[in-house]
Amino acid sequence: MKRRQFLQLSATLSAGAMAPIALTGCADRPLPGTGEVVRTPTVCNVCFWRCAGTVSTENGQPWKIEGNPDDLHSSGRFCTRGDGGLGMYTDPDRLKQPMIRVTENGQQRFRPATWDEAFDYIAAKMNRIKEEHGEDRLCLFSHGPGGSYFRRMLTAFGSRGYTQPSFAQCRGPRDVGFALTFGEGVGSPDRTDMEHSRCIVLIGSHLGENLHNSQVQTWISALRKGATLITVDPRFSVAAGKSKHWLPIKPGTDMALLLAWMHVLINEGLYDADYIDQYVTGLDKLTAHVQQFTPEWAFMQTGIRPEVIRETAREMAKAAPATVVHPGRHVTWYGDDTQRSRAIAILTALLGAWGRQGGYLAMEGVDLPRYPLPDPPAPKSNWMEAVQSEYPLAPAGIAQKVIDGSIGEDAFFKGWFIYGTNLGYTIPGVTEKLAQAAQSLDLFVVVDTMPYAITGFADVILPECTYLERLDPIRNSPEREPSLAVNFPAFEPKFDSKPGWWIAKQIAERLDLGDWFPWDDYGEELDWQLRQVGSSLEEMRRIGVKKFPRTTPKYFAPGENRRFNTGSGKVELYSDLLADYGHDPLPVYTPPPTRPDEKHLHLNYGRAPAHTFGRTINNPTLFELMPENTAWVHPVVAGDFDVKNGEYVRLKNQDGVESLPVRIRVTQRIRPDSVYIVHGFGHKESQLGLANGRGADDQGLITRILVDPIMGGTGMRGNFVTLIPEEASA
Amino acid sequence: MIRYAMVIDTKLCIGCGDCVVACKTENKVPAGLNRDWVVEATTGTYPNLKTEFRSERCNHCAKPTCLYACPTAATYRWEDTNIVLVDPNKCTGCGACIAACPYDARLIMNEGYVSKCTFCHHRVEKGLDPACVSSCPTGCMYFGVLDDPNSTVSKLLASRDHKSLLDETGNEPQVYFLT
Repeated sequence: MKRRQFLQLSATLSAGAMAPIALTGCADRPLPGTGEVVRTPTVCNVCFWRCAGTVSTENGQPWKIEGNPDDLHSSGRFCTRGDGGLGMYTDPDRLKQPMIRVTENGQQRFRPATWDEAFDYIAAKMNRIKEEHGEDRLCLFSHGPGGSYFRRMLTAFGSRGYTQPSFAQCRGPRDVGFALTFGEGVGSPDRTDMEHSRCIVLIGSHLGENLHNSQVQTWISALRKGATLITVDPRFSVAAGKSKHWLPIKPGTDMALLLAWMHVLINEGLYDADYIDQYVTGLDKLTAHVQQFTPEWAFMQTGIRPEVIRETAREMAKAAPATVVHPGRHVTWYGDDTQRSRAIAILTALLGAWGRQGGYLAMEGVDLPRYPLPDPPAPKSNWMEAVQSEYPLAPAGIAQKVIDGSIGEDAFFKGWFIYGTNLGYTIPGVTEKLAQAAQSLDLFVVVDTMPYAITGFADVILPECTYLERLDPIRNSPEREPSLAVNFPAFEPKFDSKPGWWIAKQIAERLDLGDWFPWDDYGEELDWQLRQVGSSLEEMRRIGVKKFPRTTPKYFAPGENRRFNTGSGKVELYSDLLADYGHDPLPVYTPPPTRPDEKHLHLNYGRAPAHTFGRTINNPTLFELMPENTAWVHPVVAGDFDVKNGEYVRLKNQDGVESLPVRIRVTQRIRPDSVYIVHGFGHKESQLGLANGRGADDQGLITRILVDPIMGGTGMRGNFVTLIPEEASA
Repeated sequence: MIRYAMVIDTKLCIGCGDCVVACKTENKVPAGLNRDWVVEATTGTYPNLKTEFRSERCNHCAKPTCLYACPTAATYRWEDTNIVLVDPNKCTGCGACIAACPYDARLIMNEGYVSKCTFCHHRVEKGLDPACVSSCPTGCMYFGVLDDPNSTVSKLLASRDHKSLLDETGNEPQVYFLT
């Protein structure tokens, strides 16, 4: 029998959710806000941007969430998802009590457990792993602020293993590419100074559909002031529709365009010579390198006409340094992603835009002391050396390498904590490996608010309450102006869910590590931290957001001498570090995989403003706005496959993987060689009452992974799909 | 009559639907029903395209055919303004207003009476913008009084190309789209 069969949480768990419908008649319906209104400061956790706002209840019932005007992440205006955040709290399908996997009569199932039982189980398994393999063999997969408590507990135990899929499956290449060039990364919120930009260049970045609040707000404010927008996208995105220049590039050829832009800037003398002279090294090598990449050459790769390449390069130079060539966010596409991010960074340097108004600014956070804790035990091993030694330039855990390093008898990792990451829908083609790891691991703990697919592999499922029912770590994200924000619980935890800090503390106490959580309530820690900077929890409960003055300049001062955190101390167009590690020191063009035949289309995916990954599809409010995704195809494609707008098809990739049925959207807004779907749909878990069976999952269709040789990123744009009209599919 | 208007800049709208969610939560609109919605209108052929997003709702017409059609006077104007409201206690759910509205902006609540966008008059009364306007992340929506030539809405309509929907009905709709 399998050590861990994949289990679906019984749908009967949600039977209690059926509430009788109240028939109230047409009698007095008071206007909103006329009852007793209570307001509580919140920090949104529907996505990682973490905007600060206010939750309002009226007569004890959830009412609404609004932005806090003092908050620069939102400027008082929440986005679609933030405004719909109450659905995270009201979702009847939430995890309701701890569950433990048991085997009875040869059948595995989950049984409801008390918190004490769950903690005792976890502590006993952790101690056994420590005895048999060592205290360093646990790893945390994390997304979201609450991961920090579990990281603290595991660090205290002696395990430093830590990975965020947001690195190798998302933003990692740009972090590494910019750090290789400027000695530091882009950060989050991204340090683009778009509110002052006169030209913004988007490379496949679909701002507006990708609704990171202040980023969209600053972008729109630039457009309001007449900034030139250049959008490179195979799809006529929302951003493309607001652009002076839309470049409908052949998928996967962005690098050719970026190199040709460098060619034009250099050969026409349009680069910022003073900036280069003062801060930059490697122009001579870059100049020689890009001579081959003429706009005429790039036209053959990209389909973008040479005169358009020249004209757009000149537009960028004309507005420089107030030009942002946007770094994007999810940039793990073709496996050469660190190099493409390097190319964006190099263009930025040529334009003299790093450290300059309208280009990239320096964000600033608050110098907030950490709560005093014991010294952590010295690490017994180097887990990165153990599982991802072939990527020495990766500064963070590579999720799929951690998974590989957890499969088999000799695997390094023996136990997992998974906090807020539904790995099978986050990392392409990984479900089989998850099943293998589940057979090998001695402990598999999932902490989440919802019964996502990943819970099916767990030994223990711990139901965390939502952000609306708990304290979270103080938000101290670097911004244009420093500020702190605190998330207070607006409601008591529903069901038998608990805050993450409480869960981690209870586990730590059972491991005799209570010193790492030396308080009864997490608010004591937050209050101590806040008092170090002249505030208090009481004050934050009143104001939600506290602003602090900047202590460092936003931009380079004119003529200022600077040393960059690179090997040479300069901005590096040519990277000796990459050369030393056997990589191309200057970006080169690698053609993308080619279509197997006319019936296979590039599979492109992206985001929609109504949803955050797959985590919000079951949110009743947001589900109503967008219950399923659609497969965008050009009318020519619809004709080829004889499908009409609104009809269901299955997408089938070149390895035979088929999606769930998905509606066709016939639109002029896409190239005839591509299909586009929004990421996050296609859940196959009956316990997700709304999301189950709705739309197509991109991650399952991505089987040809293009690994980034520099930082181990998971390139996800190597697949092609054909359309199977629904009546014809099996 | 005081004329309130909403002005929406389609050049800046991203079609995110935040106005829809903000309205639903502010006004406690039940699941499955909406008082506002977003229309995407794409014209042209690849690659010469134009997409316009429009956040649409009741137009609070200066000459509201719905009001004229209502047999029970359940549909009325709020105070001395163009804001058209429905009194649920007088509404019989006959549907005459729904047939008379050129914009399909009215909906039937589960209890049987007709409802619609109120321009959030309960907020306007307090000097606030409607929930959709005040929550819009792009700030592309504006609300104000057209009788005041110095109001933002008046200035925008004076300085920018704009349209309203189904002008030919003669309803004089008061939701304007900058184009």
